[in-house]
Amino acid sequence: MLAMNFRGPYQIRPDRNRPMPEIEHPYDAIVRVTRSLICGSDLHLYHGMVPDTRVGMTFGHEFTGVVEEIGSGVQNLKVGDHVLVPFNIACGSCPFCKQELYGNCHEANSEATAVGGFFGYAHTGGGYDGGQGEYVRVPYADVSPTKIPEGMDIEDAVLLTDVVPTGYQAAEQAGIQKGDTVVVFGAGPIGIMSARCAWLFGAGRVIIIDHIDYRLEFARKYSFCEAYNFKEMKDPVVFVKKLTDWYGADVCIDAVGCEAVGHGLQDITGRMLLQAGSATAFHWAVNSVKKGGIVSIIGVYGPPWNLAPLGSIMNKGITIRANQASVKRLLPKLIDHVMSGRLNPKGIISHRIPLEEVSDAYRMFSKKLDNIIKPLLIPPRAAYAA
Amino acid sequence: MKNVLENIIEPPLDRKIANRNMDDRVQDIPGWGMDADPENDPTYPMKHSNGADHDRLNYVKAPQQRQDMEVLRSIERPNITRVFGTSTPPSGLSGAIRRYAYKFSEATATHWMTLILADRVDVIQGKINDLKNGVLPNPWVERGWNAEWKYNRPAFVTRMTVTALVITAGIILLTRKTRSKQSIANS
Repeated sequence: MLAMNFRGPYQIRPDRNRPMPEIEHPYDAIVRVTRSLICGSDLHLYHGMVPDTRVGMTFGHEFTGVVEEIGSGVQNLKVGDHVLVPFNIACGSCPFCKQELYGNCHEANSEATAVGGFFGYAHTGGGYDGGQGEYVRVPYADVSPTKIPEGMDIEDAVLLTDVVPTGYQAAEQAGIQKGDTVVVFGAGPIGIMSARCAWLFGAGRVIIIDHIDYRLEFARKYSFCEAYNFKEMKDPVVFVKKLTDWYGADVCIDAVGCEAVGHGLQDITGRMLLQAGSATAFHWAVNSVKKGGIVSIIGVYGPPWNLAPLGSIMNKGITIRANQASVKRLLPKLIDHVMSGRLNPKGIISHRIPLEEVSDAYRMFSKKLDNIIKPLLIPPRAAYAA
Repeated sequence: MKNVLENIIEPPLDRKIANRNMDDRVQDIPGWGMDADPENDPTYPMKHSNGADHDRLNYVKAPQQRQDMEVLRSIERPNITRVFGTSTPPSGLSGAIRRYAYKFSEATATHWMTLILADRVDVIQGKINDLKNGVLPNPWVERGWNAEWKYNRPAFVTRMTVTALVITAGIILLTRKTRSKQSIANS
């Protein structure tokens, strides 16, 4: 079958000779992929930032597909079901899953206890191949995969596997109260979706900060927010303070993670892997939020450590809230938001690219070419899937 | 093996100790539980606390996936998970380095930095395996240069030209040095 094949940092091969996945556990399903997306966090893998990313892996944790085969223990799905597959692999019965922390399942990742099981996210994410191929093995198929509701556009459905729940949870865990000023650092797909979802919680003002003009322009329209380029600022923290009556934002969301730019020391130490990437956005968030405010981290950071302003966190009494999105928990609410037209996920897709051109797609996304926001991959035999 | 404290503990003890304390000991501690407030849960709504944390030993587990390949395991857990990924098992030199990395906990830089080293070795291993299988490197495809050519041509051409010039200069320099050494040796 055709699938992307990781060959090393910045090297990916569309490979037509990948072996077909097989049922390896009674709770497995094999899914024929109909759509998959490249996530901003896939770029951390592509750039060689995530430990235990092995040559030969297939990435991709945002995908929809048709169930082709099920294991003997699968009861909720049947062959032919068109499903959206949340990026978390979750058993549904461990204490964490029972408490709806589906991104922190205890029975899906042998290789790292700090990380849940994720599709196509290195061995640090459990060593599963992902959905940027024609077929994929889906473990615990009864738990997270969800039939695409009738009438839902497949492009909306595929964005419900990660981008929408992740953006939504960034806003949710920020504890936004009516009238709050919310500052989102990072105008990538997650930042844009976080800014859009902040309004659902009653934000009074939503501000997004980045350094790429075309993305800020997109965010302004898509997320109905104010958008500013930090390259035009002397100091983003002073800018936010001034913007908020010298008080500080009620809530700050770090939607960048480990490849942030804008701070010399963080940039250098991050690139040299002296820390787990650059923590510039987090640093700015902590310093820009009000005393007693909340900082929500949704950007991905790697192990083992980062330079963080712990003194300011303590002195300002800041609450840090963070987690991988618990997609299954959020899906019923988000499906309702999408079906009723309150959210328009597919509006964020900027490029539709054949799976055969996956290496070009990664390059474009990595280098921000052609004003790319979110690339969608279409497997050859799924072009007309609906 | 050094008799460190970790080797003395015989899990699972935690719930036994906590339950024993709850049965008798805490009743003698003045004010125990007086200020407990189940509503004070900063993890809500991400986490719906229902006591499952304290029932950590008795949850229903899925059947164990058959293990017919090597799966590395964090030393912070006692066994492999009921389900696991089977993509790219450890192999060759990079596999040996990974095995070493997994001797250390996730709290150590040794674990993660050794894995990064293994990843870089794996890239070279991958190239060798490609050549063994008759697959020649194709940077135009693998590095997505087609996209650069299409959307970023001037910068791409400049970068490629500079790279080509640097490589050419390096080769010339090396060749000259070798020639001058040979001529000195001949004279």
